[in-house]
Order: sequence, then C-alpha cells, then structure tokens
Amino acid sequence: MSDTPMIEVENLTKRYAGRTAIGGLSFTVGRGEIVGFLGPNGAGKSTTMRILSGYLAATSGTARVAGFDVLTQSEEVRRRIGYMPENNPLYDDMRVREYLKFRARLKGLSGAHCRDRVDTVLGQFGLDEVAHKLIAHLSKGFRQRVGIADALVHEPELIILDEPTIGLDPHQIRTVRQLIKDLGRRHTVLISSHILPEVEVTCSRILILHEGSILAADTPDDLQQRMAGRTQVIAEIAAPAAELRHCWEAMAEVEQFDVSAAEGEFQRCALTPRAGLDLRPQIYDLVKERGWRLRELTRSRHTLEDIFVHVTSRDREEEI
Amino acid sequence: MRAFLTLTRRELTSHFVSLNGYAVIAGVQLLLGQSFWTLLDALNGKPFDMPVTEKFFDTGFFWLVLLLVTPMITMRTYALERATGTFETLMTTPISEAQVVLAKFCGALAFFVIAWLPAVAYPFLLQHYAEGMAPVDAGPVAATFLGIALLGGFYMALGCFASSLTRSQIVAAMTTFAIGLGLFLLGYLSQIRPPEPGWQAQLLTHLSMLEHMRDFSRGVVDTRHVFFYLSLTTFFLFLTLRVLESRRWK
Repeated sequence: MSDTPMIEVENLTKRYAGRTAIGGLSFTVGRGEIVGFLGPNGAGKSTTMRILSGYLAATSGTARVAGFDVLTQSEEVRRRIGYMPENNPLYDDMRVREYLKFRARLKGLSGAHCRDRVDTVLGQFGLDEVAHKLIAHLSKGFRQRVGIADALVHEPELIILDEPTIGLDPHQIRTVRQLIKDLGRRHTVLISSHILPEVEVTCSRILILHEGSILAADTPDDLQQRMAGRTQVIAEIAAPAAELRHCWEAMAEVEQFDVSAAEGEFQRCALTPRAGLDLRPQIYDLVKERGWRLRELTRSRHTLEDIFVHVTSRDREEEI
Repeated sequence: MRAFLTLTRRELTSHFVSLNGYAVIAGVQLLLGQSFWTLLDALNGKPFDMPVTEKFFDTGFFWLVLLLVTPMITMRTYALERATGTFETLMTTPISEAQVVLAKFCGALAFFVIAWLPAVAYPFLLQHYAEGMAPVDAGPVAATFLGIALLGGFYMALGCFASSLTRSQIVAAMTTFAIGLGLFLLGYLSQIRPPEPGWQAQLLTHLSMLEHMRDFSRGVVDTRHVFFYLSLTTFFLFLTLRVLESRRWK
C-alpha cells in the first residue's frame, strides 16, 4: 500500500461547455512530497484540485489518490484528503472551536479522539485565543489558519490547499509558508499558487500549468539549472565606457554585453556568457590588471518568474 | 450515521443563531395566535357543528404559516452554501449526497415542528378555561398535528429542492413560494368555483390540500393522504439528490 504514489493522474481532461479547462493532464506525486501547482489564473489549477478532491468529475482520464479512484471510490478518497478550496469558505455564524469540531465529526472523528484532535490543531495553529470567537469576526490571517486547521484535523494522508496565501499580508504569508513546510514532514501536500516565490520557497517539486496542460515539472533547483545558460553577470566598474566595450568585445567568453552609465564615474555592464560559463574571476582579473575600481560583481540568479515567462512565452511563440 | 446526525444538528441550530430563525418563530406565533383568537371568538358566538380543530383550520391562518414560513426556513439550505462556497467544503468530506439531502431536510422539518410547538398548548388552554363547553377530543388533535407534520414535510422538501437549484436565497424563496402557492390554489380555487363533475373534479379533489387537511382536522387519518404526502416528499428529496449529483455530470 505504502509504495503506491499518493496521486496518480493520467490523461485527465475536463471540458466545460465549449471550453477546455484541463487537457490531457498526467502527473504523479509521491508520498511525503510538497508539490506546487503554478500557473496564471485560469490555468486549470483549481479544476484539477476539485477533481482530486471528488467535488467534480473529469470528462475523461483517471485520477487516483492513494490507489483509490476519485470517481468510483470517492468516499475512500475523501476520507484520506484534507482540502481547502480557493478563498477558504467558512461558516461565519459558527465559533472557531465549534466549527472545527463540526468538521471533525463530519470527517468521521468522534468522542475523545475528536476533542483531542481539535485541541491539537487549535494549539498547532495558534488558535487558542480565538477558539470562542465567531468566525465572522476573525481577521483574514486567522480565517486562513482555521481553513488549514480544518484541512488536517482528521490527519489526512494528502492535504490539498488551493491558493493558501492569497489575500494575506507579508507577515501572515511567512507564517502560512512555515506551516506548510512543517506539514510536509508528515503529510503529502499539494498547493497551488500564481505567485512564484510562494512555491519556490515551500515546494520540493513544481508543476507549471498553463492553459490546462503541464509545461514543466521539476524541482526549483533543476528549473534554475535549465535556465543557467541565460545567467547574466553584472559588474559596475569605474572606467571609460569605450574602453570597457573594447574589452568585452575582445573577451571570447562573452556572448552579449550592455554597458550603461551608473551613478558617479561607474559604468554598469551586463554580460551574458557563452554556454553557462562563470565570468566573474575573469572580470576580477581584468579589473586588477587595469587598476580600475570595482564596486559590484554579481551573477543574477533567475527567479522562477523568469522561468515562468520563458516557458509560457515559448509556448506562445509555437502557437503563432 | 454520525456525520448525518452532526449535519442535522448543525442545520437545526443554524436557525437559532440567526435573526431569521427568531423572526420565523415570532411570525408563526403571531399567525397562530390570530387563528386561536378567531376560534375563541367563534366559540363565544353561535354554536357550530364541527370539531374545534376543524374550526381552527377554517380560519385559514394555517395556510399562511405554511406558505410564508417554508421559504424562510428552506431558502438558505443549499443556496447560501453555494453562494459562500461552503458547499464545496461540505461535499468534499466523506459524507454521501443522500446523507446531506436527508440531513438538511430533517433539520428544516425539525425547525418547522419546533416553531409549531407552542400550538400544543392551545387544546390544553381550551380544556382548562372552557371546561365542558368546548370538548376537545384527543383524536382530532393528534390527527391534526400529524397533518401539519406531513404537509410541513412536503413543503420543506419542496423548499430544499428549490434552494438546491440556485445560489440566490431570494430566488430560492420566490420559487418555493410560487410552487407552494400554486399547489395550494389548485385546491382553493376548486373549492370556491367547483368544476363540472367529471374526472377533472375528481382529480382536483384528490390533489386538494384543503380537502386533505380538513380530513386530518376532523380526526380522519386517510392512508391515501398520508401516502400522497410521503410520496411527494420522497419525490422532491430524490430530485434534490439528483441536482446535487448533477455537478459531476456537467
């Protein structure tokens, strides 16, 4: 049992009247992974999660959670997942503890075990102080914590969180990210986001979704590697611009360069190396040899943002 | 089963933590009080030849309660959950659609019955203050309350169905009211303008809720009536179940 992957999705397609939300999606998520769905709004992230949680049925294709088919063994699947939908809907007329107890009972917990679990999640998410408050009176950050607490009150094997940090302030975002990372130690987690640093920080693997299909699937580091060939080196050097240009032209490893004036006597040079070479030692040697002054020498790491734009725009070019 | 009971309890208590619930109870008491007062008035007037329970129903306030209160109780059942999105969290717990349909129905019916509870005092009040003058038989009273529960059940099922079709509580309430009123008028119109004798007249009598309720208030528990309401209730609950399942067909 334990060697079956947590999620197996094969050729999953969902069509709404006249519109394809996801087309032929296939991926696997192993146990204990934290996987991030990344994509612009409307890429099919929520639809996929709704199918996995048994709320919607796919038009074609199969999806299995812990070896159970989401359509034919829906109840078995629902017993094993904790799902928080987009916008985290809650009952405003209930109190926090009452709500979590209600949800735990719906999910089949009872008696002392139910009380224990509710107490545990209340403590785990710092909800003790608001346990008797009406949900309607909670701040957005607390609401979000209640939503996540609900998702794992029954200790599910798989936790699915749709846009867990949307609408939170930076401090709350950091708290929620830490929560998600902690979850990864004991559960399999699938989160979605359209914010790139989000998944970059929390996830061990990223699936980039665009217009209903997966464009890339890799660890954040491997995605970085793929982009390595396009890494730029930035150097700010106090030297005459013409002389600098001359030097870069002479340097064989430089494929492309751009020199622009920075504040003071400094020139800002953006250099693209050939085939992923690291230009920094050479630049240092050059500066030392000429006796110039150097105040910055960095290699820009590509953010997922770049990767994302790169991957999705390549897709668009192909379409055109 | 535990999930079912949990959800039923939640449905019932949700009425008691909202202003809506208390407005319903207050409204029911007001209308029933009017009805009781009219009955007392009649008892002080000319003698009449029918059980007091039948006289009670002849005042017509019962129908106002049924038609007005049903939409107020049932409009939120599904429409509110759809509007706020909690329908999705509810349906992704390991609870079956049938359990959800039954729990919401039972919660609504329980609240309807609770709103009626103070009326249980009326026969005792009559007995106490008009001893010997207005004999109240236990039979017709029991049959009357059975009738109230059966009609209430049917109307709750109808209201739940209307609520499951939309995400707007107003639309749900209007639909419930319109269908409920239509069914009531079917019997009412045939009473004020009786159709020509024939199969139409027979059909109308068979469907007339006024006739059914008159029988109940006379103390006649006709199994045809009981079956009529139980089957209609089941039918609308079944339709609701299909509506809930339909999100997977689309």
